[in-house]
Amino acid sequence: MISGTIGAALDASWRPVLAPAVVAITAMAVMLVGSRLGEEDSEGLGWLTFSGLALAALCAFAAVGRHAPAFAGALIVDDYTAFFYCLIAVCAAMVVLLSLDYVPALELPSTEYYALLLSATVGMMLLAAAGDLIIIFLGLETMSISVYVMAAIARRDPRSSEAGLKYFLLGAFSTGFLLYGIALLYGATGSIKLEAISRALQSSALAASPLVLLGLAMMLIGFGFKVAAVPFHAWTPDAYEGAPTPVTALMAVGVKSAAFAGFLRLLLVYLPALHAQWGGALWVLAALTMSVGNLVALAQNNVKRMLAYSAIAHAGYILVGMTAAGGAAGAAVLYYLLGYAFANLGAFAVLVAVERVEQPGTTLADLGGLAKGQPMLAAAMALFMLSLMGLPPLAGFVGKFYVFSAALQAGYVWLVVLAALNSVISTYYYARVIVAMYVNEGAERKLRARRPGLSVALAVAIAATIIIGVDPRPYVEMAAGAYASAAGIARSGVRAAFLAH
Amino acid sequence: MTPVSYYLVLGAALFAIGVAGVVIRRNLIVIFMSIEVMLNAVNLTLVALGRALGSTDGQVMVFFVMTVGAAEAAVGLALILAAFRSRHTIKADELNLMRW
Repeated sequence: MISGTIGAALDASWRPVLAPAVVAITAMAVMLVGSRLGEEDSEGLGWLTFSGLALAALCAFAAVGRHAPAFAGALIVDDYTAFFYCLIAVCAAMVVLLSLDYVPALELPSTEYYALLLSATVGMMLLAAAGDLIIIFLGLETMSISVYVMAAIARRDPRSSEAGLKYFLLGAFSTGFLLYGIALLYGATGSIKLEAISRALQSSALAASPLVLLGLAMMLIGFGFKVAAVPFHAWTPDAYEGAPTPVTALMAVGVKSAAFAGFLRLLLVYLPALHAQWGGALWVLAALTMSVGNLVALAQNNVKRMLAYSAIAHAGYILVGMTAAGGAAGAAVLYYLLGYAFANLGAFAVLVAVERVEQPGTTLADLGGLAKGQPMLAAAMALFMLSLMGLPPLAGFVGKFYVFSAALQAGYVWLVVLAALNSVISTYYYARVIVAMYVNEGAERKLRARRPGLSVALAVAIAATIIIGVDPRPYVEMAAGAYASAAGIARSGVRAAFLAH
Repeated sequence: MTPVSYYLVLGAALFAIGVAGVVIRRNLIVIFMSIEVMLNAVNLTLVALGRALGSTDGQVMVFFVMTVGAAEAAVGLALILAAFRSRHTIKADELNLMRW
């Protein structure tokens, strides 16, 4: 009854944007409440942020099954959008749990921190729902500008401001390319609506015009920066290493999922007519991204930096799926992102727990002997490393399996061979973390007293990494349904192509 | 009337100048200015294309680009200032605490 009243009170056109609206309102509430509270109340602000994000996730979940363009097609609301709304809100909420004791310990300004976290989340959600070029741009920038500041928020640590600055400079640079691509695509097709652009490109004369090709190339460069594809990855390791660890988690999981959500929808759903052009470019990007990411990760001693290169490598695997295009590949990428997100969040949660107050360090030496002092933490970290490595039956393995077999089906044999070789290489640096924890001796350490929030985040990440991998069927259904609703194809078709292997 | 291609070429030239500035120059402020040149090259292109197509979408887009550009300027200059306070330099080469 109450929900009916609220539902009626909300105009139908608002319902599709309920989730980002809730997040935006929470951001304002955080700013208002934060200005009245002292810095010692940062945990209260954290819980306020958390509840806003949880509410947004519920709103998004309730919207599953509705299909409607909102705001004259500027936003597309379908199961694909709902999938990413949920994923992004859950990721952001987990980051809040990671931040609860990190923010006061590093004396970060809590009001700004949580408000920026929420506004970044709004940007991610808009990017996932974007139905025209303006929203792609605005979503990307709302997300990026907030995260630039968050990366630099630890003002006492010179590495943090350096990370923020580098991220900002290269991010703004890439925005220029993306925008130029948007302008050219608009000029060639005469519209900013993705739907209309897609229709205009059906004509092969237009699809081959230099304006379109140049625009497409520029947009690939712009998105390449955002998803950290080689050779546009130069900012990634520095930004990941220097930023406060929960912010790094947000970059590795939230920013990456949202950027791929926009990228995937743009290329696979709206520009399949140009697959002949972008397919080759993505092939090269995927091959480079996997290989460079994995090879450089081998040399890293700092776990945060290693995870940055690991994130680059995983972007490469995802690009393999995107190169293949088609229903099965699209759904496989969504499933992959799900497994990737929880394993990464978990790994960063362990790093947050291990970092000491007086000397924040995340090198392999800092993890030395963790298994003796903190057996639970070490076991959790080992689980996440195994999932990122792609060991059955964890989520990472199933994701890789689906992505690679979709690419095989599409005939990209050499790319899959390269991807498989890369997976083998990656076992070395993930195993190094496990060896450090279980074999190496470490100095006596005194960890911060852990608050329940972090333990909850760890438990959720562990459960998700195992459950999504052991019983993939419901999540496969979810991914297939989400992609099918975006691509406007029958869900059964995607599912059949998916389960064929 | 000046053909639209003139504006497009001017826009492309400005964009190239901006890219070259980012790649070549080492002063953070100059790099940042070069990025602004890139954004304004895009704005010029958008306005010219919007007029040529007879649609307002291009012009509307320019407003968003300018707004976001202003937000970026605020954040970017603050970040440069913060880096200067902790490191006493605005040379991109000297920001090298982290290396692979």
